[in-house]
Amino acid sequence: MQMRPMTRVLLGLACLLVAVWLVAPTLVVVPMSFNENKSLAFPPQGFSTQWYANFVNNPDWSSSFINSLKVAVLVAILAAIVGTLAAFGLDRMKSRASGLLRMVLLTPMVVPGVVLAIGIYAVYLDMRLVGTLPGFVLAHTMLAIPFVLIAVTASLEVFDKRLELAATSLGAGRLTTFRTVTLPLILPGILSGLLFAFVTSFDEIIVSLFITNPYLRTLPVQIYTSITRDADPTVAAVGTILLFTTTIVIGGGLLLFARERRT
Amino acid sequence: MTSSPLVETDPGRVIARPEPAAKRTRKPLGPWLLVMPALVLLVAVLGYPLVSVTMRSFAEPDWGLQNYTWFFGTPVNLIVLQRTFAISAWVTLVCVICAYPYAFVMTAVGPKVRLVLVLCVLVPFWVSGVVRTLSWVILLQDSGVINTMLRGAGLSPVRLIRTQTGVVIGMAQVLLPFMILPLYSVMRGIDLRLVQAARSLGARPSKAFFSVYLPLSLPGVYAGAVIVFILALGFYITPALLGGPRSTMLSTLVQNQVLSLLQWGRGGAMGVVLLVSTFILLALAAPLMRQRYKQAGSR
Repeated sequence: MQMRPMTRVLLGLACLLVAVWLVAPTLVVVPMSFNENKSLAFPPQGFSTQWYANFVNNPDWSSSFINSLKVAVLVAILAAIVGTLAAFGLDRMKSRASGLLRMVLLTPMVVPGVVLAIGIYAVYLDMRLVGTLPGFVLAHTMLAIPFVLIAVTASLEVFDKRLELAATSLGAGRLTTFRTVTLPLILPGILSGLLFAFVTSFDEIIVSLFITNPYLRTLPVQIYTSITRDADPTVAAVGTILLFTTTIVIGGGLLLFARERRT
Repeated sequence: MTSSPLVETDPGRVIARPEPAAKRTRKPLGPWLLVMPALVLLVAVLGYPLVSVTMRSFAEPDWGLQNYTWFFGTPVNLIVLQRTFAISAWVTLVCVICAYPYAFVMTAVGPKVRLVLVLCVLVPFWVSGVVRTLSWVILLQDSGVINTMLRGAGLSPVRLIRTQTGVVIGMAQVLLPFMILPLYSVMRGIDLRLVQAARSLGARPSKAFFSVYLPLSLPGVYAGAVIVFILALGFYITPALLGGPRSTMLSTLVQNQVLSLLQWGRGGAMGVVLLVSTFILLALAAPLMRQRYKQAGSR
């Protein structure tokens, strides 16, 4: 689209400002994590890596990290399986029921977190699931299913069903067809659903805040309590680690994707 | 008449079904079986808890509408309810204003710059929301970076943390990707030749934009705005950490009633109000969304 040079400059500037607004605030945790004082006041003083050491050595932090990893891995696997099955089911269900069911299965995305959290808390209190691994995994899997459903549905929509037909007509059984034709073609969708489910669980805070107890605490809960209780720069160190891990994973993924498309 | 003549007149279907007998018996049940695990989980961990909260809002401490009459009869609650909607509206507005030029530039630049822009949206999207709120706490606190910069520019410092403005700034930044992504996906599909046609017919650039491009991009604005508004209504962490007593949102009140005061009935009633508002909004927005698909289909 043709634009006046002035408009072009203004647009570029607006875009730059928004980009800075999106990225820069989060970067502030990086200098804070090397603070020498036990404070979150800006600007940080001196240079020290004690907060990184604290993250590794303090059992409060390291165990919450391990817990989060444990829960997120289980959730990713469970949600990927259940969500993929559901996506297949909905895809084969060419009726009004499928539209309605899809909406029902996506509701976890729009239900306000706190309402869901007090509900789950009430039920978990009765069933003694508060602060247990199964409790966390069940709640997070429910929250993650919509993301898997969306990702797998997207790849099923572009999947050419005639390929399945071709396989069947050449004598392949249902299972063989699924294993050798369908699965490899929709695998990117399943994998991105898996990743989404992992991140959903690893980040989940509201429900976790309610169903946590001293025996099982996940990383976001630990970060939240640390922010509200004291100004411990360990949160900044954790934030920095998370920020860089995420950037590398997403950046690497995007670069690979871009290269693949070019070839 | 049986269905066999039908099958004979449609040879494609005969090929499509190498094992018609087995499939016909399986077909009605198979898909349902596949969906069942997800549905069972949803009913157990979402449906049942929500029903239980709703029940408690009518049943505790006694049966009746007491919790609702209390909620709508207490001025503080109504102020918070109104504030929750106002903050969500502000956040939505800020997101629309910031996302529109950004998404537009994303469609207009070359692939390399676009990759950087996509990365700028996705990285914060994936970094934990708690960590992003933490950085806002660091930035907005009284001797924070923003106030230092304002002073440097010769402006008087502003109180940001524990204010509504601070909450809106933090929430808008967390929610911005939900506005940019749908907007970008709609803008990418807009045929720019339509704008060129308007220009060649003598429209000024601004006229071409407002009468051609803007209406075509509106479905994206609606979709993003609905998502942002609904997510903002239920926000809990950001207002809790960035806000003060004068910027409490409904979620914080719910949490307070249940965890601190153990008033399950009252907390439940507030939760139901929040839930019902969300679903009413979704129902109101549904026609707008459907229009979007109709438009996309007719094109």
